[in-house]
Amino acid sequence: MANPIVKYENVHKSFGEVKVLKGIDLDLMPAEKVAVIGPSGSGKTTIIRMLMTLEQPTLGSIVVDGKNLWQMEKNDQLMDANEKHLRQVRGDIGMVFQHFNLFPHLTILENCMTAPIHVQKESKASAKNRSIEMLEKVGLGDKLENYPSQLSGGQKQRVAMARALVMRPKIMLFDEVTSALDPELVEEVLTVIRGIANEGKMAMVLVTHEMEFAQDIADRVLFLDGGVIAEQGSPDEVFGNSENERLQSFLHRFRR
Amino acid sequence: MNGNWSWDTFFEALPIVLEGIGITIGLTIACYLFALIFGFVWTILRRIPNKPINWIVTWVMEFIRSTPPLVQLFFIFYAWPMVPVIGMALDPFTSAVLGLGIHFSTYIGEVYRSGIEAVEKGQWEASTALNFSTRQKWIKIILPQAIPPTIPMLGNYLIIMFKEVPLASTIGVVGILHMANSYGAQYWAYLEPLTIVAILFLILSYPSAILISKLEKKMNRRFDKKAIVNSKGAVT
Repeated sequence: MANPIVKYENVHKSFGEVKVLKGIDLDLMPAEKVAVIGPSGSGKTTIIRMLMTLEQPTLGSIVVDGKNLWQMEKNDQLMDANEKHLRQVRGDIGMVFQHFNLFPHLTILENCMTAPIHVQKESKASAKNRSIEMLEKVGLGDKLENYPSQLSGGQKQRVAMARALVMRPKIMLFDEVTSALDPELVEEVLTVIRGIANEGKMAMVLVTHEMEFAQDIADRVLFLDGGVIAEQGSPDEVFGNSENERLQSFLHRFRR
Repeated sequence: MNGNWSWDTFFEALPIVLEGIGITIGLTIACYLFALIFGFVWTILRRIPNKPINWIVTWVMEFIRSTPPLVQLFFIFYAWPMVPVIGMALDPFTSAVLGLGIHFSTYIGEVYRSGIEAVEKGQWEASTALNFSTRQKWIKIILPQAIPPTIPMLGNYLIIMFKEVPLASTIGVVGILHMANSYGAQYWAYLEPLTIVAILFLILSYPSAILISKLEKKMNRRFDKKAIVNSKGAVT
């Protein structure tokens, strides 16, 4: 079996006095699709925010492609990662946010092509072509020169996905990407994610409240509760016949 | 004193007072540029994540803001040369640029800070996720969003500063107020030259105020307006 592309070992996270995560161990395989479900406040989002380097774990380690994310060696001593180290390691990771976080002062096309040009030093022509291609793929080829304020929530989220994909990440993180959308706009976003997932190349971690979607798309489902992975397995196992009572009552609320 | 308004005096005083207009406007621009640049220094200093430094910087800014600019001008011009080792004598114009520039830089620094803090946290997070360097985050993402909304406020400070510039006449900067004053002293006629000064200030600051309020409306509609232009563009 291949080596995991991401490995969490005994990861804890506290915000002040509040312990959100109490020991997460998790291996993510290349091209594996993992859905993370669980009640709000269970730390689902924190798990992927730490991988994106937006939160630093209080304890434990996260290893990405063999490289320790939050720690580095300097003069034979292990110390907290600096920005330079983080930049080297996070380059393979992309993220889509609940509230889109598009850059409002840039056009849709500029939103997508700025990072490839300035971060990956790609030529402007090539970055532009690939950005246009990607925007066409998510169905927004006719909005290139528009600004984010002119788009619907669903369109914004599709731009956000194109923006992350243009960077060609090996790992894509989705943080409740449909939670801020009007119900009728959810499906167009899920369709795009399905398309990305079916291409199969990237590892994906989806924090979501869309249970059917998780069941449909994921290779593995994690149920997070009380700061630990309380249950995990294939979608059939988790959604089918788990004996975990907390999981049963959580799922029950979605199946009224 | 001549008790009646005299147009003869008015037209005699006008060119003399006007001789000072270049200095008044020049000093305003010099002070303003100094404040704009030094304001950035305050903003950067305040962002240093070190409690003692932060405390000192905040306290120094508060001190500068709570002291009258006139006192600061006098200190720089009269007292600074007497300070041991680092003290030196400065000419009136330089003293005024330093005094008013530093005073207003503390306000300008706060304006920058409010602009930067108004940029949503998600913008920082998205730029981290796209792996921009710290420098690129500031230049490509944060400042282009932080600065435009502060332009009307910065404009207001230009006008406020313009009206404080006559303070410099007290240390001998030969602006319009200084010219009017010496004309008055020489011919014992203050009414006309000082009226001229008031009119000149009105002529210069009123249109600027209108310009700024227009700018403000434009800035408020900034992203929407781009939207309108572009949707029209898309139709054709």
